[in-house]
Amino acid sequence: MRVWAIALVALAALISVSLCLGAANLDGEGWLLTVSRIPRTMAALLAGAGLALAGVVVQQVVQNRLVEPSLTGAPEASMLGLLAVTLIAPGMAVAGKMLIAAACALLGMTGFLALARRIPREDPMLLPIVGIVYGGILGAVCVWFAWAKDLVQYLGAWRLGEFSGVMMGRYEWLWAIAALAGLLYLVADRITILGLGETQARSLGLDYGQTRALGLVVVSVITALVLVTVGAFPFVGLVAPNLVARWRGDNLRANLPLVAVGGAALLLAADVIGRAIRYPFEIPAATVIAVFGAGVFLWLLHAAPGARHG
Amino acid sequence: MIEINGLSYRIDGTKILHDVTMRLESGGITALIGPNGAGKSTLLHCISGLETPERGTVRIDGLDPFAAPARDRARAVALLRQSPALVSRLSVRELVGFGRWPHHQGRPGAADRDAVDRALGAFALADLAGRSIATLSGGQRQRAFIAMTWAQETPWMLLDEPLNALDPRHARDLMARLHALSRDAARSIVIVLHDINAAAGWADRIVAMKAGRIVAQDACAALLTEDTLREVFDTPFELLEHRGRKVVVAR
Amino acid sequence: MAERRVLWLGLGLMLLSAGFLVWQIRAPYGFILELRAAKLGALICVGAATGAATVLFQTVAGNRLLTPGLVGFDALFVLLQTVLVAGLGGVGFAQIPTAPRFLIEAATLGGGATLLFGLLLRRDAQDVMRMILTGIILGVLLRGSAEMVQRLMDPSDFAVVQQAMFASFGAVDAGQLGVSAVVLLAALALSLRLAPALDVCALGRDTSRGLGLHHDRLVMIALLLMAAMVSVSTALVGPVTFLGLLTASLARHLTGTHRHAVLIPAAALLGALILVAGQFLFERLLGSASALAVIVEFCGGLTFLFLVLKRRRR
Repeated sequence: MRVWAIALVALAALISVSLCLGAANLDGEGWLLTVSRIPRTMAALLAGAGLALAGVVVQQVVQNRLVEPSLTGAPEASMLGLLAVTLIAPGMAVAGKMLIAAACALLGMTGFLALARRIPREDPMLLPIVGIVYGGILGAVCVWFAWAKDLVQYLGAWRLGEFSGVMMGRYEWLWAIAALAGLLYLVADRITILGLGETQARSLGLDYGQTRALGLVVVSVITALVLVTVGAFPFVGLVAPNLVARWRGDNLRANLPLVAVGGAALLLAADVIGRAIRYPFEIPAATVIAVFGAGVFLWLLHAAPGARHG
Repeated sequence: MIEINGLSYRIDGTKILHDVTMRLESGGITALIGPNGAGKSTLLHCISGLETPERGTVRIDGLDPFAAPARDRARAVALLRQSPALVSRLSVRELVGFGRWPHHQGRPGAADRDAVDRALGAFALADLAGRSIATLSGGQRQRAFIAMTWAQETPWMLLDEPLNALDPRHARDLMARLHALSRDAARSIVIVLHDINAAAGWADRIVAMKAGRIVAQDACAALLTEDTLREVFDTPFELLEHRGRKVVVAR
Repeated sequence: MAERRVLWLGLGLMLLSAGFLVWQIRAPYGFILELRAAKLGALICVGAATGAATVLFQTVAGNRLLTPGLVGFDALFVLLQTVLVAGLGGVGFAQIPTAPRFLIEAATLGGGATLLFGLLLRRDAQDVMRMILTGIILGVLLRGSAEMVQRLMDPSDFAVVQQAMFASFGAVDAGQLGVSAVVLLAALALSLRLAPALDVCALGRDTSRGLGLHHDRLVMIALLLMAAMVSVSTALVGPVTFLGLLTASLARHLTGTHRHAVLIPAAALLGALILVAGQFLFERLLGSASALAVIVEFCGGLTFLFLVLKRRRR
């Protein structure tokens, strides 16, 4: 219970700072709260929770805790799909764009999994390297495509996620993440068993292929939702699950909510810092989280595995 | 009883199992021995229903592991694969708890908790129950995984080279434990062993394989002859008697 | 045999450069030639600097998959420059003459690179994959930090950094090109002098120390030389992550030797050759100048994946 008390107090503090922080004074301007500040805070919370959960699922599927969705080529593949949509059918409804972005993310991850199959699991450092370079290659294709078709400004907005443009009526798609989080919690045990590896999972009677497919579809949808609404954020899916696992262990039935809260707090903190550090100008949350996340990643690479827990 | 009929298996055109037909009696420990690449692991995976053979049938106490629903299969037979190189921060109790998954599918009851406690006790893990498996020694981690398989409480338990990462003392401990447990709980254990002496010391029956075929199958004492071993491993052996037990030495 | 291939590479580069200068040239000749020459000079400098720096770094790190770009040393350069501007202010920064500023930056980068290398990368010499991953993430960290500092700066100072950092091939400052060429030539000459010692260094720290080499001192000198060359290329055109990997791998493959006296010139020539040929192809023949960097990243990435996966199969 103490864990939860700490997490929730920290989250509440962050939320109140986020609600009060802004160029305009709130006195007598209640509409500002509902139109801008609350949506912005909610968007950061939902996106952070979603990315953290997606990170857990990917880590269990590939049995490697140094991987996360943005290291599997999923966002880059999604951007490629979105660029194509912008070019071919610029007037497409948001739902259609989401669908195509999710489908492309799934395709991109499938390519990554095909590469992952060729890599022995005994060398956990290799998989993230391959993922980064794979994402880089897809990203190069994106840049080339965007240049050739004069779509660079779109790409810039997707690659560097931020929340300054979030307003009422422009972020509500992110609420779908809440539903997906509920779904993941229902199958938390199955996702943990995925992490034991295919043979062991099937020996326990789990339908491995079906569970994995479900997990990857959820990850793709979350990636697409976040990317289309607020842009890409690196490392959230890596940092939040790893910190929770080091502290509380790997049992997702117990820890999935904590991972979600952790991711939400992380991204909101990044946004708040980005807003506060050079007030009244803003630094994109993606930049803040990239620096912080890379630092944590380096620490994870060199820290000894965590000791006892629970 | 496990009945295997005409089982053939092939990877990328290479035949791993050639028309294997045999019966494994229930009760006690059956050891699978043979040189590297004889098809022991593949046979184990086929019996457990996790690899689908090219041809042939398997019946585990009458159950067809390829056709049965995954949950029924997982309540009839449990497999531990070779050296689960998993570094996880699950605690030992949580890991062993997943052995109950086929029984409760996510809603563990009192019976499941009892079964986990029994398995922890059976493999002397009670003191380690709260430790994360990432922090265990190789021998302890192997025991935790075997305990998970044991907690599945299936009539048949299949272990693929469980002694691989263990030093002689831990290997001996584990075999003694399995020997006693299979008798007490009346459960059948099929175990792939590299060390012939581990088989000689603790198995009730031995199945010897070579190049995807069964070469010999008999009670432990009857199978261990210099001729049979030479045929299986293509190298001469010497059989010694020590305190009423057979000891095998490569010559 | 290997030496002759280096000669062929040099010859190829000369021919290509001549073609680059005079292809479909129209009046006013003098002006266009000057423009093209500056661009050619930048391409050759960047290519040669990146190629040679990568060979040096790979030898020192004992790892053929690492490149200065992958580890983020170019980002470190950007970061240093940004911090310099932030500290001195845009006006103060602009007042320092090009040559001393450049040298100071290169020296600082050398120091920073040595420090980082000693702190993070050296420790992992046994664990190759951890070392590569550390390097890549370090690159992300440095790039992010540079961007962060840039965002913190005054908008007018930011403009100064941008101008200093992202000079493209099209708008090369002749003064800067001159300084770059001098620094590059000096660094190349020194590296060639060190070539025999580097051959020994490539055997690994323990072995080379056993053979009586001042290993750590050599590593430091090599890192300083590498830093100078990275500064040259980054100052001229900004970061190009995978060019070095492509060049160094090709150079090793083409010459089939471990001798640095051959490898370093081969990599330098190949780097220049790739850039000039690429720019020629894309700008003159395909009419899309900006694609070159992207194509280099694409091919470099594929090379990297290929090398990694091939490595695992052995």
